[in-house]
Amino acid sequence: MLLIYCPYCEVERPETEFHNGGEAHIARPADPSKTSDEEWAEFLYMRSNVKGIAVERWRHIHGCGRFFNVVRDTVSDKILKVYKVDDPMPDLEALAKEAGR
Amino acid sequence: MSDLLANDVITPDAGETPLLSLPDVSILKAAPMTRLSLRLRKAAIPAAGEAFGANLPVTPLGAEISAKRAALWMGPDEWTLLAPEDELQAVFDGIEAKLDGQPHSLTDISHRSEALIVSGPKASWLLNTGIFVDFSLEKFPVGTVTRTIFHKSPVMIWRTGEDTFVVEAWVSFMDYVAGILVESAQELAAA
Amino acid sequence: MSQPFRTEKGGRIDRGQQLTFTFDGEEMQGHKGDTLASALLANGVHLVGRSFKYHRPRGIVTAGSEEPNALVGVYRKGDQTPNLRATQVEVYQGLEAISQNRFPSLGFDVGAVNDLLSPLFPAGFYYKTFMWPKAFWDRVYEPVIRAAAGLGKPPKNPDHDTYGNIYAHCDVLVAGSGPAGLAAAVAAAETGAKVILCDEQAEFGGSLLSDENATIDGKPPAEWVRDTIVKLQGMDNVTLLSRTTAFGYFAHNYIALAERVTEHVSDPDPKLPRERLWQVRAKEVVIASGAIERPMVFPENDRPGILLADAGRTYLNRYGVKVGNKVLIATACDTAWQAAFDLADHGVDVVAIADLRETPPENLVAIAQARGIRVEAGCVVTGTLGRKRVKAALLGRLMTSGQVASAGQVACDAILMSGGWTPTVSLYSQSRGKVVWDETVGAYVPGKSVQHERSAGAAKGLYGLQATLEDGYAAGEAAAKAAIGKEAKVTYAAASGGEAGQGAVLGALPHDRNASRVKAFVDYQNDVTAKDIKLAAREGMQSIEHIKRYTTTGMATDQGRLSNMNALSIASGALEKPIVDVGLTTFRLPYTPTTFGLFAGVARGDHFDPVRKTPSHDWVVANGGVYEDVGQWKRTWYFPKSGEDMHAAVARECATVRESVGLFDASTLGKIEVVGPDAAEFLERMYTNPWKKLAPGRCRYGLMLNDAGFIVDDGVIGRLADDRFHVTTTTGGAPSVFATMEDYLQTEWPDLDVWITSTTEQYAVAAVQGPKAREVIAPFIEGIDLSADPFPHMSVKEGTFCGVPCRLFRISFTGELGFEINVPRRHGKMTWETLAGEIEKHNGTAYGTETMHVLRAEKGYIIVGQDTDGTVTPQDAGMSWAIGKKKHDFVGKRGLERPDLVAENRKQFVGLLTKDPKVKLEEGAQITVAQNPATGTPAEGHVTSSYYSPAMGRTIALAIVKNGHALHGKSLYVPMPDGSIEVEVTSPIFFDKEGARLNV
Repeated sequence: MLLIYCPYCEVERPETEFHNGGEAHIARPADPSKTSDEEWAEFLYMRSNVKGIAVERWRHIHGCGRFFNVVRDTVSDKILKVYKVDDPMPDLEALAKEAGR
Repeated sequence: MSDLLANDVITPDAGETPLLSLPDVSILKAAPMTRLSLRLRKAAIPAAGEAFGANLPVTPLGAEISAKRAALWMGPDEWTLLAPEDELQAVFDGIEAKLDGQPHSLTDISHRSEALIVSGPKASWLLNTGIFVDFSLEKFPVGTVTRTIFHKSPVMIWRTGEDTFVVEAWVSFMDYVAGILVESAQELAAA
Repeated sequence: MSQPFRTEKGGRIDRGQQLTFTFDGEEMQGHKGDTLASALLANGVHLVGRSFKYHRPRGIVTAGSEEPNALVGVYRKGDQTPNLRATQVEVYQGLEAISQNRFPSLGFDVGAVNDLLSPLFPAGFYYKTFMWPKAFWDRVYEPVIRAAAGLGKPPKNPDHDTYGNIYAHCDVLVAGSGPAGLAAAVAAAETGAKVILCDEQAEFGGSLLSDENATIDGKPPAEWVRDTIVKLQGMDNVTLLSRTTAFGYFAHNYIALAERVTEHVSDPDPKLPRERLWQVRAKEVVIASGAIERPMVFPENDRPGILLADAGRTYLNRYGVKVGNKVLIATACDTAWQAAFDLADHGVDVVAIADLRETPPENLVAIAQARGIRVEAGCVVTGTLGRKRVKAALLGRLMTSGQVASAGQVACDAILMSGGWTPTVSLYSQSRGKVVWDETVGAYVPGKSVQHERSAGAAKGLYGLQATLEDGYAAGEAAAKAAIGKEAKVTYAAASGGEAGQGAVLGALPHDRNASRVKAFVDYQNDVTAKDIKLAAREGMQSIEHIKRYTTTGMATDQGRLSNMNALSIASGALEKPIVDVGLTTFRLPYTPTTFGLFAGVARGDHFDPVRKTPSHDWVVANGGVYEDVGQWKRTWYFPKSGEDMHAAVARECATVRESVGLFDASTLGKIEVVGPDAAEFLERMYTNPWKKLAPGRCRYGLMLNDAGFIVDDGVIGRLADDRFHVTTTTGGAPSVFATMEDYLQTEWPDLDVWITSTTEQYAVAAVQGPKAREVIAPFIEGIDLSADPFPHMSVKEGTFCGVPCRLFRISFTGELGFEINVPRRHGKMTWETLAGEIEKHNGTAYGTETMHVLRAEKGYIIVGQDTDGTVTPQDAGMSWAIGKKKHDFVGKRGLERPDLVAENRKQFVGLLTKDPKVKLEEGAQITVAQNPATGTPAEGHVTSSYYSPAMGRTIALAIVKNGHALHGKSLYVPMPDGSIEVEVTSPIFFDKEGARLNV
């Protein structure tokens, strides 16, 4: 069971307090009516599903209720970084290097 | 019990017999109280605290108490406000008046949950039979409040004293929470 | 004399406390401190079980949790716990144990015929034999195999024990309390770190408890253990857990421990749990799980009386038990020699030491000779004699040619063997670490740490008392430093004696016997022989993972701890590749078998899952209501009057609501308060309907889609004020709707000034429905004019009910005049009981969910999740009217324009009427065009709801059917096993199509 640091509560809590919200940084198009069918399908269904460094949304559903983002190595389950929803995506390559991958 | 008396917001329900009464831990039902959920933007924090009568804590998992008022941090823009049961309308109206024009949400949740007071040297042990939070005083000092999971039920835990915790759950979950707490405490009564 | 094999003195048992126990009904004596295994051996009992496949007589092999043979059942409180290892079961007064896998008795077992038929049971035998005919799979083969094979029998009654759970946090968890573990615990504890030390045995100390020759700080090892434990007990930052097995190592240093709390007590206090699950989050872990001795793979190495050498030494020194009177030592390793010496010193006749090495260490040979023990170097055991107990061994001399020459026979009643040592890397392996082959150790040892752990001592292939202690201290210091950044000055204890033993052997030993006739066992529990592994290799199994599954080697309750290395070595030879290239199977959790009760804990009966009740619960129970479970909620299904079955009760309830009035508990519906200046804008985006122009005091039906365009929830939403809405959701959808709203709010539209709060449990809801609804509630409502003009259908107002504040909705899910009274939950009981009393006066009835379903189906109202399945759009459901056409965007709008969603041939929501009005369709039944379609014909759709409708005087059904909207009036078929049912497609609205009854 993962131990996840909530950047809002500023504590580490077990996975059972959280809910995984899928891949992060998939923004809903600002004006969906202007998207092509392909673009909309891409938004709805296409995810990278990486084996390795993944960027995921988690919600502290049984805590502060906030969504935040987690960079996790899906092979080792090591969490490389946690950041708030409005923070930019970190440099994944640098994080991977730091983690020795 | 001295911890409890120091807190005039959460008091044992005089009409209820204790759910559990062992030398090392007791469980009492808390009396009904006013509970409000307050949501707002940063700018409105001071005014809201002023209107309520207790500051809104901005430290994560923090609580602020003053006379007959407690403001509990639930999230970065969310607080639970506690006051005596009969002051619901006054507190509600007071905050609404003060925050007029400032975006906010104030919602009555007085009846949504019930509270237990779990107290005694084995109180944190008992909570740890179902909660995965480190209740050591260094990690969870007096005054800390958090939502978490007790077995399969969401709960709110507020440490009001070294050996005293308030355990809140939504009403329909309370039979489950109280039932398991009492069941898990049984071994403390073993010879 | 009882206990003929008990030594006269020594051991750690309490000779003052004599305990009586039974094994297979026979009464025996033991002492406090005995395990069942040691007590049986003290009584001269070696035969304790029959093997899995061949039903061969088997005896105790080890003194630890890796025991493959001595699996027993223990009776307690009238039921039996199977598959306990006799080496771990502690003897208490009155213990009742039985052997397993034998019929009719342990001594005479009919299944033993399998042994004679063994040429019929080669490796992969199940795969080869039980192929045909297919019909035999579940009717013949499986029952017979299950009866013949298998271990103990499962208990028959519900578990009468309770099981505790505790979540714990620590800086350093030390698993294992041998020399390395104890040293690590001391070193870590001295820094002030929070330490948990656990050990699966009853006593701390591990191997130190069976070593009488070495000294630590000048003391006998057991004394040093005692002093160390006393010291640790005195430290507030240390938790000591004996009888506690670290059985699982999960992600992020989450370790599960099983503590046996009362298993060893004769008459435990029923308030105490049988076991306790410790769920530990440790900053650092020290794995000090030690090493176990390896059996030697020689022919007939499985006879009762053949044990591991160190087990023999442990039984002698720790338990005061001689494993035999005439003991042969068969070894490839120095350590077994010490067992021989200890036995000889206790007066046991050590008939010979057969060491396969050409030149065993001279000093050992000298000590043996001084004791008059015959030493045979370059000598192996090539077979054994004796059925239920070994009575002689065949010896063979290793020749330089590689051949073996017979070296005669030696009579003995026990053989102690040692093929060297295997580090226990199970926990490390569970932590996702990859073991590496260490040529000097001749074993797999832990490689790089993946999690915050380190192995210490024999667990990483480091042997010798002094080295192990030092490594333990260093590991403890390093762990504490990593966990809390502190160091402490620790004085290392100094040991003398307990030197590391040299020498080891892997794999099957050479012999001079007919290879096709003899069995040399690798995995005792699963009856896997060296021959089986070679056969698997010959038949094309290339990887050890294949060999494992084909032969079942390493699949025993010890996860192959005892057998793996020998199996790998044999496979390596057979496949002609180096051992490292054969691969290694994964050590899975649990480390030792773990009870289901431990995992279940308090989650049983009413505490399996929260049972959520509404405030009407007591009244419903008192009035005979029948509940159904809707998720965690208890909802009343129907209210039978005496003599009524469900059909009659529902028919009466339906008719009563339509004729006069009914009362329904709607408290479980999800409720969300949406508040803030942007509340209307937010709902505009979340729901298909328009909200901005909805006046305060009015309600609207809201339909929620996902961004793919499919219906996910619905409910009535009332506007209480410009900036405040009361949203209702389906009962089951409440959490997910709330979560979806939070998701969009927080991550897509954080700029909106609006917040949502769950008020599901803030309000109890009583629905009063029927022509007389207004009269029923009128006496109790104040502050709201209930007449149709100021308070029309789809309105909401705040007032009071019996003086308590209420939110009154005029809405209907029945098609009748209806009100839903929301009161703060603590007033819910009073509200319900008041209304229940009042409806009596109007010949009304309380009704349940079944009637609610029928009434809404008569009106063609969908139930999301029953009539929709996640692929239904508003158009499919005939609800295009719910879409705000002028809205630029809402969740799902773009999705609805996707090619597939506007294509022809979509399944659409319709009504179905059977030709025969008495025939009721089955929900879920498939619908076809042809009356008797050919097998494989795709269905046109399926029945989603089906009821008897009292208002229509016939059955009705709802369905989704391909192009259904265009098929009204057409006939389709519902093929069923007893004939095809003809149905007519209709509008889904059966009753009061104009809605006249709503607007009164």
